[in-house]
Amino acid sequence: MVESNTVKDLVKKKGNKREDLVTVLQEIVKHEKFLSEDRLLEVAREFDLAPAEVYGVATFYSFLPVKPLGENIIKVCQTIVCGIKGKDAILKAIKDKLNIVPGQTSEDGKFSLLTVNCIGQCDNAPAMIINDKPYVNLTYEKVFKIIDEYQP
Amino acid sequence: MNNKKVSNAVKNKPADKGDEKITVFINGLGYAADKGLTILEIALANDIFIPHLCYDPRLRPQGSCRLCLVEVEGRPEAVPSCLTVAEDGMKVTTDSDHINHLVKLNLELLISDHPLDCMTCDSAGSCALQDLAYRYGVAGTRFKGDTHEKKVLDDNPFIFRDNEKCILCGRCVRMCDEVIGANAIGYAGRGFESEIVPAFEQSLKNTDCVFCGNCISTCPVGALQPRPYMKKARIWQVEKVRTTCPYCGVGCQIDLHVMDKKIVGVSAPEGVEPNFGNLCVKGRFGMDFVGSNSRITHPLLRNSSGKFERIGWEKAIDIVSEKLNGIINKHGPDAIGVLSSAKVTNEENFLMSRFARAAVGTNNIDHCARLCHASTITGLIPTFGSGAMTNSIGDIKYSKASIIIGSNTTEAHPVIGYEIIRNIISNGLKLIVIDPRSIPITKHAAIHLRQKPGTDIAVLMGIMNIIYQRGLHDSTFIAEKTEGFKDFAAGLSRFTPERVAEISGVDREDLIAAAEIFGRSKPASIFYAMGITQHTCGTDNVIAIADLSMLTGNVGKPGGGVNPLRGQNNVQGACDVGALPNVYSGYQYVKDADIRKKFEQAWGKELPAREGLGVTDMIEKAISGELKALYVLGENPMLSDPDILHVAEALKNLEFMAVQDIFLTETAEFADVILPGTCFAEKNGTFTNTERRIQMVNKAVDPPGEAIEDWKIICSISGAMGHPMGYANAEEIMDEISRLTPIYEGINYKRLSEKSLQWPCTDSSHPGTSILHSKNFTRGKGAFIPVDYRPPAEVPDKDYPYTLTTGRILYQFHTRTMTGKVDGLNQMAPMAIAHINKDDASSLGIADSDMVMLETRRGSVKTKALVNSKIKKGTIFLPFHFADAPANILTNPALDPVARIPEYKACAVRVSKI
Repeated sequence: MVESNTVKDLVKKKGNKREDLVTVLQEIVKHEKFLSEDRLLEVAREFDLAPAEVYGVATFYSFLPVKPLGENIIKVCQTIVCGIKGKDAILKAIKDKLNIVPGQTSEDGKFSLLTVNCIGQCDNAPAMIINDKPYVNLTYEKVFKIIDEYQP
Repeated sequence: MNNKKVSNAVKNKPADKGDEKITVFINGLGYAADKGLTILEIALANDIFIPHLCYDPRLRPQGSCRLCLVEVEGRPEAVPSCLTVAEDGMKVTTDSDHINHLVKLNLELLISDHPLDCMTCDSAGSCALQDLAYRYGVAGTRFKGDTHEKKVLDDNPFIFRDNEKCILCGRCVRMCDEVIGANAIGYAGRGFESEIVPAFEQSLKNTDCVFCGNCISTCPVGALQPRPYMKKARIWQVEKVRTTCPYCGVGCQIDLHVMDKKIVGVSAPEGVEPNFGNLCVKGRFGMDFVGSNSRITHPLLRNSSGKFERIGWEKAIDIVSEKLNGIINKHGPDAIGVLSSAKVTNEENFLMSRFARAAVGTNNIDHCARLCHASTITGLIPTFGSGAMTNSIGDIKYSKASIIIGSNTTEAHPVIGYEIIRNIISNGLKLIVIDPRSIPITKHAAIHLRQKPGTDIAVLMGIMNIIYQRGLHDSTFIAEKTEGFKDFAAGLSRFTPERVAEISGVDREDLIAAAEIFGRSKPASIFYAMGITQHTCGTDNVIAIADLSMLTGNVGKPGGGVNPLRGQNNVQGACDVGALPNVYSGYQYVKDADIRKKFEQAWGKELPAREGLGVTDMIEKAISGELKALYVLGENPMLSDPDILHVAEALKNLEFMAVQDIFLTETAEFADVILPGTCFAEKNGTFTNTERRIQMVNKAVDPPGEAIEDWKIICSISGAMGHPMGYANAEEIMDEISRLTPIYEGINYKRLSEKSLQWPCTDSSHPGTSILHSKNFTRGKGAFIPVDYRPPAEVPDKDYPYTLTTGRILYQFHTRTMTGKVDGLNQMAPMAIAHINKDDASSLGIADSDMVMLETRRGSVKTKALVNSKIKKGTIFLPFHFADAPANILTNPALDPVARIPEYKACAVRVSKI
């Protein structure tokens, strides 16, 4: 966990203008995996913004979760190219393997599944990201193998 | 295209910007308009229909609903008219097949995810989406797809949100951000999942929401509803009665929604001064007292066993008139005191003045203005010549800088607070707050000077000294329009920033920064209230404010001025029409023989020449036994006066007291006879607001039981005492006021029913006066008067080491006779809470929510503690509303020597944990 003065430090490093907000939120997510209410309130205070506004920015981006998620976060692209190339099979594979649908976390807390918009891998669709690593040209079978890599 | 029409589209912009006109052609007709207006503004001002959902004239345009599209010649695509500033010669088409096709398409898209449950929706009949669907024939949608299942937020007493119905126009968010400054709600999520919610989707009660409900007023659909008024009536079943809000002195115009003789809703008319559609929580939700079952419905007499028993009107009038006449015969008329009321109409106050002077024969008439703005009168008369707010609420938008000193504006005068915040956010107004507490509006201030209570003169003189030393004063204005400057300036140098910092505890650099902002911003305005007036140096405080405004040349200009905010709906009017011991209506002195003769002729009675007693002096005379009787109309000195144990002693000492009120108040408990009066919603008349605006009060519902209009009660008693007053209705009383009162001479109901008017309004064609002293000061030249700092009458010492200050909170009003009857308001603020600085609390071993005892030399009060750093160290704040923890048991009755106003804002107190 991050020390209590980290938001202050982050702001010192990254700035507290409106345009710095997303960067600071990303940094917090990098360290803590999600944005807790307390962190968002601290950010609001440091940026002199209303909590409702900071919460609005955080909830706008699927890469800025505001609820605690599993150890590993699977983000499956739901945009049109991946859709045509078999996104549904990817989601089915995850459902069959981990018994979770988008928005859910596996019972053991190891995986959370989200659907996100275009991740820039249209030429290698369908694609997903686990944590920060992209996986492309996916098939139903490939997904099983990839997930196994995270379950030693 | 030469069919030019005269347009009434006028831009709200600073007067110094000039008023360049352009001509815009809309659907082939030319319209003249001010430069800088949008196409939509010009169209609406000229009754040209353009559909819109996300536009509200109170908000900055956003252009998100895409319904106000128009074609502009020379532009390839349709443009949103709310965001497109009109240019000279522009040719606009609002009604082509192409535009109508686009609008219909957009409506179909909106309808595709909107519950079509108009038959049970509270907004049916006042829903902009429903109206547009009707107009464009959109009964359903071609777009089948997912629909939302969104939240219903029903977790507070006032604001109900059903996001299923929300069209995401963002008007509520912008209202909350741009006008109210509360930022309580925002957009969460993205795309299809977007929703408007408070941060973290928590209850609004945990946010900065002030429950003004202006979000509801701007919602174009049914997503936001006023919780207490839901499912009461369809909008077409109600009669809307336009009247004036009965709470503070802002004088908001409201429409009471009436069905089956009951109030079933409140709204504010758009575009009408002074509130332009905005209201606060009390004005919108605080009307339950009207139909409350604890109203007094019959005259009551205290019987021999001390209990009140019901009597008939005839007997009541007989008893009161015989008792008063008996006392007059035995002790003379000056043994009687009359308390009039800042809550009743001008007409009724005028009759109270006539009743005291002509029927009783005494000038012993006063009302609660003594306790709030007496020092405004005694401070502004010698400096300016008139004791009223110099400027108007509507010209705050011209201010470049404002000082708020001793006014918790957003809680005590919320709608003026909102207007100041709106201008901070949208017009770059710079705000300086001078207050011992971090009151809510400090969130929006450029600088907050946190002085010790009672050190305002030092701070103000310090600011003036810096302005003068740095040459930021307006020497032209001073030379042309004022006198006495040389002597005044000589005294300034004593108030060095160092000395001021030492006396007041404000930061030296902040003081300098505040002086720089105020000195360099033109025009700049000052707003103040009880924090200035309720001191033993209240008169001098006000004089210092007047001096500062003259020094910077801000008097008589739009966006400048000295603006005392009046606390009651009609405290300005009660003063104006003569409910004061030294003047008749229009501040005409009783001592002036010619004036007296005029009133003697009008009323057919010889009138007393000697000035009468004020409220605070009446209490003293009752104790000493010289005052034998009190006639009290709609006042509650048993909670509102300082040192109320002393007041109780005075009231007990009276031979006779009659109270005319709508509730059995703490004061009425002491009465011999109680006469049931009527509240604002049950009668006709006028109130005068804080900016001298005379506005109609119109009857909406019948009085309960046998209660009758207060002016009729006064007439009956006066008649029984041998001085008949023959008025057929309130309008005839106003006609007499205008005959006898130069500043009201041009006022009559016919004019007021069309438009409110600000006095001075000196003849029937006079347009009223929005800014005083604009050519010359009322007294000729403005007079600089030097003042000096002196500490409060009681300062902290070993035994009583803290300073107690008192004031209002948002959710209650005065002695709670009205707000105490409103469930929602009591839920938000059920009890008195003493605010204590966290450092003080920790040294006293007090934790948040502990019960504490506050003790002064007058008495003690038990209450709950709120511990935070919003209050200055060494200071305790207690609201004065609550009878179960009455702050005025504690307050010091020491008086300002000139204004006779008590020092509510500073006394020495001791605090301990219980």
